Amino acid sequence: MNKCMERLYNGIIKENPTFVLMLGMCPTLALTTNAVDAMGMGLTTTIVLVMSNLLISLLRKVIPEKVRIPAFIVIVASFVTIVKMLLEAYLWELNQSLGIYIPLIVVNCIILGRAESYASKNPVAPSIFDGLGMGLGFTIGLTVIGLFRELIGSGTLFKVAVMPDSYEPLKIFVNPPGAFLVLAILTALQNKFKLKSATNVTQQEPLACGGNCASCLGTTCTENHEKIELAKQEAKNKKGEDGK
Amino acid sequence: MKEMILVLIGAALVNNVVLSQFLGICPFLGVSKRTKTAAGMGGAVIFVITIASALTWIINRVLLVNFKLEYLQTIVFILVIAALVQLIEMFLKKYSHSLYEALGVYLPLITTNCAVLGVALTNVQMEYSFIKSLVNGFGTAVGFTVAIVILAGIRERIEYNDVPSAFRGMPIVLITAGLMSIAFMGFAGLI
Repeated sequence: MNKCMERLYNGIIKENPTFVLMLGMCPTLALTTNAVDAMGMGLTTTIVLVMSNLLISLLRKVIPEKVRIPAFIVIVASFVTIVKMLLEAYLWELNQSLGIYIPLIVVNCIILGRAESYASKNPVAPSIFDGLGMGLGFTIGLTVIGLFRELIGSGTLFKVAVMPDSYEPLKIFVNPPGAFLVLAILTALQNKFKLKSATNVTQQEPLACGGNCASCLGTTCTENHEKIELAKQEAKNKKGEDGK
Repeated sequence: MKEMILVLIGAALVNNVVLSQFLGICPFLGVSKRTKTAAGMGGAVIFVITIASALTWIINRVLLVNFKLEYLQTIVFILVIAALVQLIEMFLKKYSHSLYEALGVYLPLITTNCAVLGVALTNVQMEYSFIKSLVNGFGTAVGFTVAIVILAGIRERIEYNDVPSAFRGMPIVLITAGLMSIAFMGFAGLI
């Protein structure tokens, strides 16, 4: 039981996917115009995450090593389809406001990340709690950003007016640019107070992939390629000069 | 013809895929350090999205709609895209080495680019015809390329500027993206 609690704490606070790992940026930017949508998106992702972690953990000894990623994608996509159907049936309004971002949960890197790094290596109970912790961490992150943008951008909280009538909402914060600006301020504050965060890494990345996927975003792959090409070019030039 | 141009401009500028729809944020922020790599990534994205929108349209119409299996769209599309990226990589490696050299490293990164799946799903949702889907896919990818190349250009300049220490790294990039997003909002009156 202790391990399960530890997983919850890990997901919500220690490795919060929004604030610390900086994963799943697309929904974080797109669906935080108000707290209701943000929370809806967070909870939908949580359900998919818990269910896929459960199934992947159950099947962890059955899925062959070589085809595990496609297998995970199929499992996640199936749960996303189920959740989408449930939303269409019972929560039509939320379904309309989340729109295309529901099927896009499939490519949310938090879910595949947890499947690959935790659920495929651990027993069922901790995996469920890992999914629950990560999902709730994501929900809290989205809701907090959503509340902030909604309060400043339209003067409401959970779609209930809270600001005095004389308050002139700063519309920019509910428009697309506001999403970038809010996230910029958030990461700048994390930098300022030296909080633990994926965007806070300042040291130069070594040539080989350090395995720090959260701060990589695919950059190391291309950068390494460039560095290797450059080294090859230099070696070639040097050889040419020596030849002369 | 006029309709096609409207779809193209709408996809590339007005509803820019990264700056107003927030799809493909990861490569947008991650692979935009140099203009050269950004352009390479953009080229690969144009290539893959255009082919993917054609292929997903055909599969959707021939298989899914005919057999009343529309609810399988998400699963089928993601698998088709993943397989397509692999195929393109193998094909380029064998037949067009120069193109493989230029785009090869970026191809594996594209499977996780949600813009590709996003375009395929939008095409279905808007009930676009085959040609329109193709134009929409191409336009979206061009919009992505324009945005990522501009951001890379600005980031190259920022390196020589004196940025406040708290804003170094990701924050200043996000602020730049925010300002670009404001600029792109100006296109809203275009259609």
